[in-house]
Parts: sequence; structure tokens; C-alpha cells
Amino acid sequence: MYRYDAVDRAVLADRAAEFRDQVRRRLSGELTEDQFKPLRLMNGLYLQLHAYMLRVAVPYGSLDPRQMRALADIARRFDRGYGHFTTRTNIQYNWIRLADAPDILDVLAAADLHAIQTSGNCIRNVTADPYAGAAADELEDPRVWCEAIRQWSSLHPEFSFLPRKFKIAVTASPHDRTAAKVHDIGLLLRRGRDGATGFEVIVGGGMGRTPYVGPTLKAFLPSDRLFSYLEAVLRVYNRHGRRDNIYKARIKILVAALGAEAFGREVEAEWEKIGSAGDLPGSEIARIRDAFTRPELADSPAPGDFEARRAAEPAFARFVRNNLRAHKLPGYAIVDVSLKGFGETPGDITADQMDVVADLAERFGLDEIRSTHEQNLVLPHIRLADVHTVWKALDAARLATPNINLISDIIACPGLDYCALANARAICVAQDIARRFEAPDRAEAIGELKIKISGCINACGHHHVGHIGILGVDKKGEEFYQLTLGGSGAEDATVGKMLGPALPIDRVTDAVEAIVDAYLLHRKDGERFLDTLRRTGDAPFREAVYADAH
Amino acid sequence: MPMLIRLSDGVFSQVQDDFVRLGDEEPVAEGDVIISLGRLLSGQVARVGGGRIGVWLEPADEVEALAGRLDEVDLVALAFPKFRDGRAFTSARLLRERLGFTGEVRAVGDVLRDQAGFMARCGFDAFSPADGSTVEAWAAAAGRHRHVYQRAADGRAPAFVERGSF
Repeated sequence: MYRYDAVDRAVLADRAAEFRDQVRRRLSGELTEDQFKPLRLMNGLYLQLHAYMLRVAVPYGSLDPRQMRALADIARRFDRGYGHFTTRTNIQYNWIRLADAPDILDVLAAADLHAIQTSGNCIRNVTADPYAGAAADELEDPRVWCEAIRQWSSLHPEFSFLPRKFKIAVTASPHDRTAAKVHDIGLLLRRGRDGATGFEVIVGGGMGRTPYVGPTLKAFLPSDRLFSYLEAVLRVYNRHGRRDNIYKARIKILVAALGAEAFGREVEAEWEKIGSAGDLPGSEIARIRDAFTRPELADSPAPGDFEARRAAEPAFARFVRNNLRAHKLPGYAIVDVSLKGFGETPGDITADQMDVVADLAERFGLDEIRSTHEQNLVLPHIRLADVHTVWKALDAARLATPNINLISDIIACPGLDYCALANARAICVAQDIARRFEAPDRAEAIGELKIKISGCINACGHHHVGHIGILGVDKKGEEFYQLTLGGSGAEDATVGKMLGPALPIDRVTDAVEAIVDAYLLHRKDGERFLDTLRRTGDAPFREAVYADAH
Repeated sequence: MPMLIRLSDGVFSQVQDDFVRLGDEEPVAEGDVIISLGRLLSGQVARVGGGRIGVWLEPADEVEALAGRLDEVDLVALAFPKFRDGRAFTSARLLRERLGFTGEVRAVGDVLRDQAGFMARCGFDAFSPADGSTVEAWAAAAGRHRHVYQRAADGRAPAFVERGSF
């Protein structure tokens, strides 16, 4: 974890005081709702269908146990005993009173947390690989860059009123777990021929109404030139991005309108004018790197009875197969904590469950917790010898569903149950599909299959990059759902293609099952759903879903 | 005369605004005038005698158009047609940092106290608040943050410089 210094803490305290003053002016009537709206949005406070919602930043998805307990404390004292992890790796509380918001920010600030720029047309929380610092396949820990970006983008004087929101992802592994190519900027860390690090810079990806896989603007940007380059991209966007229509205001529209080459030339010209004056000194990057605590990883700790337990206990073996990932060091594993229990709301977590995760991270996990854009949590450094104990404790707290990357590990936005923008519900659709595929042997036989559900075209549920995407639409007051197939948010990023006419809510789960059955029928050895679909095209799947409509 | 908040040597004060905005069709005027970028660039005479010249830029007007003309100009007014339209922040920084303009850079339009700090950082030094802010409230809002993370046009030492000196 990055350790905040006096400067970082003062920034949070000053911001909390500023927001307290703004809330006071709103409550006293000095500010109208119209005037207050952009101010509260700068601080993650939305007015939802039923109440205020507060979105708290989890910078690049990293939390320590003390912070997780602060989040639990807020859920108990100010909400209804739970919170919801989002596809931006943040956590949001759905039942907040406006008058409590300033006190919540103080509780957050005391734990080095905040809600700065979790909404509004500014640079949002940076997405990082949730396995950063632990993944066997990473080049270096991308969180150093994420923290530098967090600081640079916090209360940026020039870029806090952009045409639209702006999201940056950083990954340092060949396998992209951040959906970098559908971010406004995706930074893929690479090592150059001379061994120095740099970034492949993707600009102008996005989802929403007009999904794009972003083009590569620069194949290799030396890492010491990152901040001047970001400034150049943001400046070109701030000046030339559309402001007449919020649906055409994201950078992806500007990049697509100019073409990646012409946009790139503008950025290069601006970048040249900025020069190295826009860069962060190497000494500050080094300071940030040093301010990260190094988890005290042992040298090949003994695995204890890990293998014996795995052989003897099928339920444990199933958890190990599905919820463990390779750690960079022998004797350790990365443990995925599922927030996708059957019948639960994807991403929801109770205060008591937060405490369990905090305790486990403290006792067994070197104080590290991550949140993922797929709405799960991660304990990135668990000794193999402790995995069984951790599994038992997670299981007792209903956090050990062995379904990571399987069909019931569904992303869903809050949908019409909470959100003022939604056209349709998403949560109950996710729950119904998860229940249909609850039998664990069948789910494992199906293998990796990512279903992502959005309750409206804004695509917060990332349906465009779902292997199966489900989009809720409103048809004359009734909820209908459009299916897309073949999307991917990984390194092979692809926007899914619409399969056919939208379906009524009671046909969605049957349609998913028909798609799955068609896949099982057509798949060849070792193929994932996505592989089979790419080989066969979507005709067999369309036939399976719409056959009875002929 | 309307009142204006001015920032000078780190101090905010309320001052008299001597400038009058002159529409493109309006005849030549006495005293200090603010004219559109188009009128300035057309070279059309706008003032009588020794009055000062200010130029008004809408967000879409590129400040680079003023390159080479800034020695004729005492004031650049950058418009915020809406609070949310942040283009003038970039315009102000470029005026100060790239074009080296040392005259007055004034925020006009939907100018609210909650942007005071950002505006000062980007190089604005005159503010015509739309929210009736007093100079005290404006100064308090602008000075709220003890530390900043970025270099900008105001010369404040960012956190990475302060840290170096701890």
C-alpha cells in the first residue's frame, strides 16, 4: 500500500472541509440544487431514485484492513449495513442522507480515503490490474504509476471541467485484467529493448452508446514522459471535445471524428510545446515507489497440508481450481473473493463481510485487499499453507462461491432498482441466470464465460465487452433485453455483436441457457465459449435462441 | 461601475471595474473598452484617446490568435458561458505559460466561488462572480487548499517540490 504523507492527508482534510461548507450552503438554501449538483458530483454524491448515493474512491482498487473496516463502519452507521463494489473498483452506498455526507468524508479521511472525483466530468479513479504486485506475469507493479496519476489528477486546475468524464487504466501484464482498451486512456506497460519501461498508449476506447476499442496512439511512450503526454492528450480533448451533446462528449467521439492519426498529430504537436516541463521528476516517482509498503513475502514458505487437503476435500479443491491464481512467488497464491453468491446482488457486501475480509487480510494476507472491475475482491498474498483456513473463513461468511470467471460471475449495474438513468432492472436478471447455473459441475464444464448486464445504454454493466452481453431497454413501459455475443474486455478487446431482437425479461435466462447448450454442442477440445463463437460465428447461437420464433 | 475581485501578489481585493464591453456594431468609445477577438483582429479602431483595450474570448476562440498582438492588449476576458464549460482554464494557462501574457486575465460569465482556486491556479487574476460572492468568501474558497499536486500558471510549488524540501 502507498503510505500517505502529511501532504496527502492535508489535501483530503481540506477537500472534506470544502465539501462540508458546500453541503452547509445547500442545506441553508444558499445554493440551489442546480448550483449544488456539479459540486456534489465532484465528490461522488448522486441523487438516485430513492436517496442520495455516495461513491467512495478505492484508488486503483487497493485497500488495507484499516480502510476496509472504515468502509464497514460507514455501512453500519450511515447506510443499511452494506455497500456495493462497482465496475470502477469503487464502493458506493445507496442510502445516504445529505446531512451525513460531510461526516462520512471525515471518517474516510481518517482512514486515508476519499470520494474525490468519483463522479463529474473530471479524471476519475484509475483502474489497475487487481493482481498488481502479486501476478506471476507482470513486468513491474503498475500501482506506482496509478498513485502518481491519482495525485496528478486530483483537483487538477485545468482538467476538472472536461467535456465529459475521463477514465484511465494501467496494466503491466500481457493479460489485461483492467479492460484498458475500452478506457479513455489505456496504459499498457512495456519494456523497451534497452530494458527501460514505457507505455503503449491507447486513447479513445469506451463503452456507453457508442462503444469503441481504442486505437494505439503511441506504441512506446518512455515512462518518464508520461505526464507531459497525458497533459497533451487531456488538453487537446478539453479544447476540442464536443460539449453540445453529452452523448457525444467522450474523447472516443473526438478520436473517431478526427481519426486516430490526425488526433495523434494534434497530441504530438501539443506534447512538443509542453516539453519535459510537464513531466514528474524521476525523484518523485522514486519517492512514491518507496512509499509503497513492501509486503514481507517469505522465501518459498512451505505449503503445509495444502495438497493433502485439496486431495481429500472436493469442495476445497473446487475453490482452489476456480478462485486461486498463480502468485509470482512459490508458496503463495492470489485468492479471489467472490461477491457473486447465488441469489446475491453482484458486488454487494455487508459490513460484517467487510470485517471478515479485513481480518483475513490482516492475519494471513500481509494487509492487502483489492477490488476488481468485475466486482469481486482479492487477497493477493496468501500462503498456500493458509489457503484452507482462509477458505473456511470466507465460506462461513458466504464469500467463497467458487465461480470466478464462470457463468455466474456476472457483472451487473444497479439498474432500475436504484439508478435514475436505468430503463430496466439488471440485478434480478443476474440473480436468475446465476441460479439457473448454480450446479457447480455444470458451471465448471461450461468454463470461462463472462456475462455482463447493463440496465441502460450507458453501459455501466459493461455489456459491450461481455462474452454474453445483456442490455436492458424500455419498450413501451416494459423491460426488454438485447443480447450481444462475442465481446471481450481483455487484451483481445472486442465489442460484442447484437444477436437478434430484444427479449422480454422472462425469456432472458432461457436464451442464455440456449446459447450455452449450443456452445457445448459445437465446442471442440479445450475451446472456451469465446473461441467456439469466434470459430462458428453467431449463426448457431441465433438459431438456438430464436428457433421457436420461426 | 460594477465591482470586480482582483488578485494581486497573492491578495484578493475588491476593485472598481473601469472597462466597458463594446459590441461589434457599437461605435468607438471613450475610456477602457473590451472588444471581441474578431474586432481586435480586424484592426478596426475601438477607442478614443488613451483608453486601455481588453479582448473578450469565447471558449471556442483560440488564444493562439492573440500571439503577436498581446502588447496592444491590457486585459483578456475569458468567458464561462456555463460553469461546467472548462475550456477557459486551458486558455488562461496558455496565455500565461505559453504566450507570456502579463496583463489582466479576467473570468467572466457563469463564474462561481467554487472554481476560485482552479481559476487562480490557471492564471486568472480578476474575477467577476456571478454568485454575488464577497471578496472574503472568494479569497477563502481560493485559499482552501494548503497543497497542490500539479504545476500550473500560478507558480505555486506542487507537492513533489515541497516534499523535496522537507
